[in-house]
Amino acid sequence: MSEDQHITEVAGTGVPIPGDDIDTDQILPARFMKEVTFDNMAEYLFYDARRDDDGGERSDGSRASSDDESDGEFNDHPLNRFEGASIAVVNTNFGCGSSREHAPQAMMRWGVDGVVGESFAEIFADNCKSLGIPAITAGHEDVVALQEWIEANPDGEVEIDVEKETVTYGETVIHGEVDDAMQEALVDGIWDTTALMYSNLSKVERTAAELPYIEAA
Amino acid sequence: MSEHTLYDTVWENHKVTELPNGQDQLFVGLHLIHEVTSPQAFAMLEEREHEVAFPDRNFATTDHIAPTEAEKRERPLSDGESEEMLSALERNVGEHGITYFGFESGKQGITHVVAPELGLTQPGMTVACGDSHTATHGAFGSIGVGVGTSQIRDILATGCIAADKQQVRHIEVEGTLGEGVYAKDIILKIIQKLGVDGGVGHVYEYGGPAIRELEMEGRLAVCNMSIEGGARAGYINPDETTYEYLRGREYVPEGEAFEQRKEYWESIKSGEDAVYDDVVTIDVDGMDPLVTWGINPGQVIELSEPVPAPEDFGARTDREAAERALEHMELEPGQSMLGYNVDVAFLGTCTNGRVSDFEVAAEVLEDRQISNDVRALAVPGSETVREQCEQRGLDEVFIEAGFQWRRAGCSMCLAMNDDSLEGNEVCASSSNRNFIGRQGSKGGRTVLMSPAMVAAAAVEGEVTDARRFLSDDARTVSPTDVEEVAD
Repeated sequence: MSEDQHITEVAGTGVPIPGDDIDTDQILPARFMKEVTFDNMAEYLFYDARRDDDGGERSDGSRASSDDESDGEFNDHPLNRFEGASIAVVNTNFGCGSSREHAPQAMMRWGVDGVVGESFAEIFADNCKSLGIPAITAGHEDVVALQEWIEANPDGEVEIDVEKETVTYGETVIHGEVDDAMQEALVDGIWDTTALMYSNLSKVERTAAELPYIEAA
Repeated sequence: MSEHTLYDTVWENHKVTELPNGQDQLFVGLHLIHEVTSPQAFAMLEEREHEVAFPDRNFATTDHIAPTEAEKRERPLSDGESEEMLSALERNVGEHGITYFGFESGKQGITHVVAPELGLTQPGMTVACGDSHTATHGAFGSIGVGVGTSQIRDILATGCIAADKQQVRHIEVEGTLGEGVYAKDIILKIIQKLGVDGGVGHVYEYGGPAIRELEMEGRLAVCNMSIEGGARAGYINPDETTYEYLRGREYVPEGEAFEQRKEYWESIKSGEDAVYDDVVTIDVDGMDPLVTWGINPGQVIELSEPVPAPEDFGARTDREAAERALEHMELEPGQSMLGYNVDVAFLGTCTNGRVSDFEVAAEVLEDRQISNDVRALAVPGSETVREQCEQRGLDEVFIEAGFQWRRAGCSMCLAMNDDSLEGNEVCASSSNRNFIGRQGSKGGRTVLMSPAMVAAAAVEGEVTDARRFLSDDARTVSPTDVEEVAD
């Protein structure tokens, strides 16, 4: 990660991930967080949702144990059908629940460079900002139309313009919204907040010193 | 925009400067660290050759992967991945001079249980942790926010996060809780009413007579589940209940210094002239205990209500979510949750893993046996909680009833240790999330409820009204009451 990386637009084929309130436990099940780096996270992205249990018997109520790591065959989950995609298209409150950055890390490492959604959970959106992944919101009908278009045009390009706050596909331009702070951060290339805030360290010390609960050093 | 609220005051006190991206740089007064979300942050810190800016404001413990069976806590841990995570944590905190409450300390436990009970969390602080349940700390009138790993790196390196100020919604909780109805039921009711994303962009300020009546452990349970309602932080203005809880705790100053600290605590409270972005009122008079019927915490009903039908919901997305939930839970609309078969009972977590939670569950279990078909775990939220429960003899009540009495950790809330649902087991759980797969098995089914309700479910092997075990005169609900309503 470089601190002077400007991200004004991201583009590529799309992957629709339909459903409201998709939580980070679904995006990256907790049992795969037992690693001290993010390196392998792509493998675990939507791990359970992407696999049928043994014999593909998901709908009849017979469910295999997740202890069994031979967890079944890939099913027709969008991530299996749209491999190589760069733009994920999701619905409302995406990424709710746990704060685990493992979730957007897994998406990024799988290949996602940008996300279009009806709305995002706050911590998830913050994590996307930290990673330089633009997350743009748009209205329900626009998002659903885009998801349907991707289903029909799996090789079609979808482009997020962070500066203009648009999503372009085929002949269509959606006017969306990018959170102000995220937009400034990505466009100005200042999304690495550590460097930014570190330069204010003397001010931080003054703020801390004025707090009654901070013991004088 | 809100004015003169606790949130506004605490924010101003901790604001360092405005950043070029329009966010505020906010000082974090208390940073809690655990083994799962921190190793990558320490690695990034070292890559940049940064030191930890305020080591004294960081405290660490181990919770997510902690084995809860005593013999499995021997080092090296038998699970190689867990051992690697724990060793990394120990190395990182050791190298950076951060206080660590490990297994040997007697104080290990879930971050959100440990910090309050040691007096680390105090009113008017900003608290952050790489865990979404950091909202818990708001019970003291602090602002607690869950953060991602990159933000942990920010906090380690600079003592700060970059943050946007949110809107403040005051939730006035009127009325009096009936016997056998608890803080957990209040927060489930709030989420039922406002939805799982109703709090996005907001901080929740909980107030009103029903909140004022709660002891600190109940307030912690309410604030804990703010995030389940979409609010990253939720808080309660401090009062005498708060101050009395804090007095005498390890990290709380004594004597004159306590009185001085209290002046600060009083100064940050929302004023009479506070302006809120939104006010919501909820009345808990006559409210029955709540249980979830679905796969998110907003899919929740009082015991007297039937499982809803998808068409009961106005929004298409809620109807679709209800359909998925009914299928996963194998429920029919109109059914009562009373009598829903339970295979596992799980007591504990950062929501309900404190002494009073085990006390009320023990009240239900005293002189009773759990069903032969139920596997039941009691997992104290911290080793301090475990010790206090054992001093009161509660462990014996649980063991005699047929529960396994465990050591402290997050355990089956998210099954990163050996405690996990199997297959499509149903778990009556005092935890906070009923997401598919959350308790370690993608077929597993979670029913969220209060600790008393979990204990009662363990006894009956099905969801049942715990109030009939607590008192002869308490109001209770039976399945026929519910199904008549549905017809």
